[in-house]
Amino acid sequence: MNGLALVGHQFRYDQKAFWRNPASVFFTVMFPVVLFLILAVVFSGEEVDVRGGIDATTYYVPAIMSLAIISATMQTLAMTLVIAREDGRLKRGRGTPMPPWVFIAGRVGNSIVVALMMLVLLAAIGALFGADVPWARLPAILLTLVIGAAGFCCLGIALTAAIPSQDAAAAIVNAMLLPLYFLSGVFIPEDQLPDGVIAFADLFPVRHFFDAFFDAYVPAGGSAVSWDNLAIVALWGVAGLLLAIRYFRWTPRSG
Amino acid sequence: MVESPSLPEPVISIKGLRKSYGETEAVRGIDLEVERGEIFAFLGPNGAGKTTTVEILEGYRKRSGGEVSVLGEDPERAGREWRERIGIVLQSGRLDPYLTVRESLDLYAGYFRAPRPTEEVIALVGLEGKADERASRLSGGQQRRLDVGMALVGDPELLFLDEPTTGFDPSARRQAWDVIAGLRDLGKTVFLTTHYMDEAQRLADRVTIIAAGEIVARGTPEDLGERESGETTIRYRSNGREVVLRTKTPVRALHELTEKALAQGEELEGLEVTRPSLEDVYLQLTAAAELPTEGRRFS
Repeated sequence: MNGLALVGHQFRYDQKAFWRNPASVFFTVMFPVVLFLILAVVFSGEEVDVRGGIDATTYYVPAIMSLAIISATMQTLAMTLVIAREDGRLKRGRGTPMPPWVFIAGRVGNSIVVALMMLVLLAAIGALFGADVPWARLPAILLTLVIGAAGFCCLGIALTAAIPSQDAAAAIVNAMLLPLYFLSGVFIPEDQLPDGVIAFADLFPVRHFFDAFFDAYVPAGGSAVSWDNLAIVALWGVAGLLLAIRYFRWTPRSG
Repeated sequence: MVESPSLPEPVISIKGLRKSYGETEAVRGIDLEVERGEIFAFLGPNGAGKTTTVEILEGYRKRSGGEVSVLGEDPERAGREWRERIGIVLQSGRLDPYLTVRESLDLYAGYFRAPRPTEEVIALVGLEGKADERASRLSGGQQRRLDVGMALVGDPELLFLDEPTTGFDPSARRQAWDVIAGLRDLGKTVFLTTHYMDEAQRLADRVTIIAAGEIVARGTPEDLGERESGETTIRYRSNGREVVLRTKTPVRALHELTEKALAQGEELEGLEVTRPSLEDVYLQLTAAAELPTEGRRFS
C-alpha cells in the first residue's frame, strides 16, 4: 500500500475502535449532545447580551460545537494515545514497516471526521430548538473547523508527553479543559462573566477558537471568518506540533 | 538487496555489545551469534540485561558500544525494508481491546508488502474458534497468541519473542510452546528471551545464559548441564533411610551398588539416577554471577 492508502487503512480501524469504545462514544458524542439539551432547555427564551442580543439557544449551538470539536480532537487524541502508548501498542506498531506519520495521520483523520459529525449532529439538534443553520456561512464554518481541529490535534498529541500514565490522562486533560470552557464562555454566557475573566481566557486557545467559531456560525454581525482568532489558534497548533515532534514518545513511560 | 538464504552468515551477530544507563552497565561486552532456522534461547534472571539486549537487536534502543548485525544490517540504521523481514513480540504488549482477532491481524497485514493470509495466521496461533472475538474477551494465553500472530502477519524471517509465557498457567504455556515449536517447521529463526528453564529446554536448539550483563554459559540445552557440572545424583532407600550419592563416575558407582545389592539379595528401593537439570545449572551459574567478587566467568 502507498502512504495515502495506508492512512485510509489505519483510519478504518481507528473508526471501528472509536465507535466500540464506550468512553469515546459517551464523552465525545453523547456528552456534548446532553449538555446542549440541558442548556437549551434551562435557558430557553432567555437572551444573551452579545452582538446586540441573541437568544440563548443560538449562543449555545456554536459554544457546544466548539467543545465537541475540542473533545473529538485534543481530548480524544491525548487520552487514546496515552492509553495506546502505555499498553505498548505504539511500540508494537513502531516495530513494523508502517511509517510513523501514517499512524498519526490515521488518528488525526479519525478525530477530524468525528468533529465534522458532531458539527452536523449539533447543527441538526440546534435547528430543532430554533437555531437556524447558517447555510450561507458553510465555507467559513468548515474553514474554522479544520484550522481549529488541526490545531487542537497538535495540542492533544503534544499533551501526551506531559501525561505519565493511563490513570492520569483523564484527570490532566479535564483539569486543563473544564476551567477553560467555563472561563471562555462556553458554559456560562460571556455577558455574565466579568471582563477580567475573558481577558484571562484570551491567553488560551479555547477562547479564541470559540470566538472564531461563534463568528462563523452566528450570522448577526461580524465577518464570517475571524482571521485574528484563527491565527492565534493556528499558532498554538504550530507550537503543539513542534513540542510533539520533540517530545512525543512511542514507548511506555512505565518500563 | 542481499540474497540471504544461501549465505552462511549468521542471522544475528553481536560483538562486544555494551549498554550503559548513566553509571550502571546493563550489558558488559557480550558476543553471540544466531544461525538461520534455529530457536535461540537467551536466558537470564530479571535485570540481567536480556530485554536491553533484545531491544537493541530490535532497533528500539541505541547501544553504547560494540557491533551488532541483524539480517545483515545495523538495527540503529535499518529502515522499512528491514522491518518487513522481522517480527517482534514485546514483553508486555497489550492489544486493542475493541478490535477482533481477525481485525487486529488485518490491520497489521496492511503494514506489510507481502503479508501471510490472515486465516493462515489464525490457524498458526490456534485461534480458529476466536477469530471474531474482541481481544478484550480473550484469555491471557489467547491474547499472547494473538500477539504472536501479529508478529507473524508479515511472514518474517526472524522473530523476537520477549518472555512470551510469563504469567501463564501450565496449559496456556503448553499451547504457546506448541505455537513456537511450530515456527521452527516454518523455517523461521526465533530469538527467545525467557527466565524459565523448562521453556528453553523444551524449545531451544541453543541456549545462552546472561547474568549481571555478562554471558556466563552457552551450549545446547543438553550439553549445558553436562559441561558445567559433571556430577550425577544416585538416590535410593535403605532400611527406610534415603541415601544420596553424588558421583562423576556413575557407571562405576551404580555397578558397585547393584552388585552389592544382588549379592545380598536386596532390592534398591526407590532407585533414581538423575543428571543436574538445566534449572540446577542455571541457578548455580546465575547465583555465582551475582557475587561481586572475581571468578564469575564460567565459559
